[in-house]
Amino acid sequence: MAIGLDLLVQFFPNFASIVLAATGLAIIFGIMGVINLAHGEFIMVGAFSTSLAYNGGIPFLPIDALPGLSRLIGAMLFAALVTALFGLLVERTIISGAVPNWISERTLGRPVVTPLYDRLLDSMVATWGLSLIMVQTFRNVFGNSLSGVPIPFGELSYGNSSIGLYQVLLAGVAAFVLIALYLVFVRTDYGMRARATIQNESMAQSLGVNTERTYMATFALGSGLAGLTGALYTPLLSIEPGLGSVFLVDAFVAVVVGGSSVVVGTLLSGGLLGIVDTLFSNVYGTFAGRIALLIVAIVLIRFIPQGLSSLVERLRERRLEVD
Amino acid sequence: MGVESDDTATRGPLGRLAAALHGPNTMGNSRRFWYLFGVVVLLFVFFPLYMLPSAVTNMSQYLSLVLLALSLAVVWGYTGVLSFGQVAFFGVAGYTYGIVAINVTGPLGTIAGLVVAVGIAALFAAILGYFMFYGGVSDVYVTILTLVVVLVLKTFLDQTAGDEWTIGEAALGGFNGMPGIPDLALGIGEPFLVFNDTVLFYAALLAVLVTYLGLRALLNSDYGRVMVAVREDEDRTEMLGYDVKRVKLTVFTFGGALAGLSGVLYVTYFNYISPSELSLTAASLPVIWVAVGGRKTLLGPIVATIFIERLGLFLSVNVGDWAFVINGLLLLVIVLLLPEGLLPGLRDLVSWIGDRRGDSDTDDTTDPTGEVIE
Repeated sequence: MAIGLDLLVQFFPNFASIVLAATGLAIIFGIMGVINLAHGEFIMVGAFSTSLAYNGGIPFLPIDALPGLSRLIGAMLFAALVTALFGLLVERTIISGAVPNWISERTLGRPVVTPLYDRLLDSMVATWGLSLIMVQTFRNVFGNSLSGVPIPFGELSYGNSSIGLYQVLLAGVAAFVLIALYLVFVRTDYGMRARATIQNESMAQSLGVNTERTYMATFALGSGLAGLTGALYTPLLSIEPGLGSVFLVDAFVAVVVGGSSVVVGTLLSGGLLGIVDTLFSNVYGTFAGRIALLIVAIVLIRFIPQGLSSLVERLRERRLEVD
Repeated sequence: MGVESDDTATRGPLGRLAAALHGPNTMGNSRRFWYLFGVVVLLFVFFPLYMLPSAVTNMSQYLSLVLLALSLAVVWGYTGVLSFGQVAFFGVAGYTYGIVAINVTGPLGTIAGLVVAVGIAALFAAILGYFMFYGGVSDVYVTILTLVVVLVLKTFLDQTAGDEWTIGEAALGGFNGMPGIPDLALGIGEPFLVFNDTVLFYAALLAVLVTYLGLRALLNSDYGRVMVAVREDEDRTEMLGYDVKRVKLTVFTFGGALAGLSGVLYVTYFNYISPSELSLTAASLPVIWVAVGGRKTLLGPIVATIFIERLGLFLSVNVGDWAFVINGLLLLVIVLLLPEGLLPGLRDLVSWIGDRRGDSDTDDTTDPTGEVIE
């Protein structure tokens, strides 16, 4: 009984970290066909912005003067916004190549960059370069670490042990993010356009959807979510430039295991991988947890290359056939 | 390109050799190229005469890494399978060589180490490849899977510090790595040729030369054409009756063996290996070399590896920490502006200038597809 409760409680933070790490990557991958290997560094931007804003490192923006919890929340929202704007910049200069093309059309008379949309391998290599640049630039500019942010809320005790309330709450935030994303994709105009762009880009264009703007918004949204993840994990991490790589692995595994559908896929893979991680970490230690996670991912990719969400898809189709 | 090779094909054994090396799948089919090639090889052969000993040993390190780049060029550039896992085979071979060579003393031990290490690397690649290609894992999932495999290996090796991870006399050493790995040597009982310093340089140079020429022959053979067909259109190749999965598995296994050879040479250079050879940064380096140089060529990755590694050394001496930023920028700019890589970009530039001059000699520099990109 006690072990069961232990596992249940520890499942929440694991689930949260996998889901939060993966959503931004999943959106950009699913809608734009771009694999952002700098995703971990976007998370790092979020964490750095939070730490700077919280500790008063941002000029003209006295977030550190805010009282109580609003100081932390203000810093986190600021970080998500900064990362979204940064993502917008990256989309315009690197992913779509709009800025270099604008310059070259005026000087050379022709575009020089082909957009990276749906060029999976090229987008991986390009964003890999971006990630190298970002890690080392941050290291050179900010040094090897920034001062952290205290963990809010305190401990939650159950049975003989206790866990940070904040870690458990993060699972709630992760669930909230998934629900919000679902609503965005189903209910909003942007969501409709985004889904139309995934299904058939040229058809969407002929029906008057500005797919370029959709891509722009998508990349900014994905980056903003990465920034939010970084912000949410700022109190729990030591703030150093390499922190993104931990998230990158989780995010990749979750996206690949989850499959093409952003919300369903991330939910399922977050749940499954969270269970695996919790089980093995608890029984055999953290290292075994990592290895088990990766091995489960390899086996799943081997047997369900289309991802867990394709199973749901298939079930739904079968039910339709029966009806 | 066709004219020259058709001519030479009729001229005895030398002509047949030339014909085997020529074809649309590799750059450099003109006579001018081979003159230049000869000059460069001579420059390398006499390299120890006019360079400092430290430059020579550094160069042997770069040359052993060239093999790693070539292994990725074959797997990714010519067969279309982007693998981040080449460093895994590199690392596995390095560790295996270390374990065997430390346990079996004497020159025979080192030779056995070389053979076993390359064999294990190839076996590892074959198992992984079988699992992936026959399991229907394709494209980008192969890339991610290989990346995950590298990370698993690194995580595993990082925690092998304890005594239970000592194999015979060789301690894996966890995070700190495995020191005291002996040099390769020839001989029975007493070594009569130890591969250190200059000897290692010549061994690496010979390995690169043989690999380059061998790969040229392979890629211009019928099998090479099938490899390129798999890269260009898997489904169509399958429809034409080729066993795409087997081609991919064979090439992947071969790539693993080549990466393994690279790992052994690299390890004997440092006499040391640590899990940092399997870090994310290390895993990305071969991709950078190949992408920057031009993945659909063999020369590109060779030039780019030596150039980038030498540049990295220069930068780390002169600008310190900014070396990685410049490396990243290089990769980014090349992928965006010259998606085919630096060497094909230069070639197109040369042929473009040639066309402007109305010079017809540059015919052999057209693209494999027959179009000159302007």
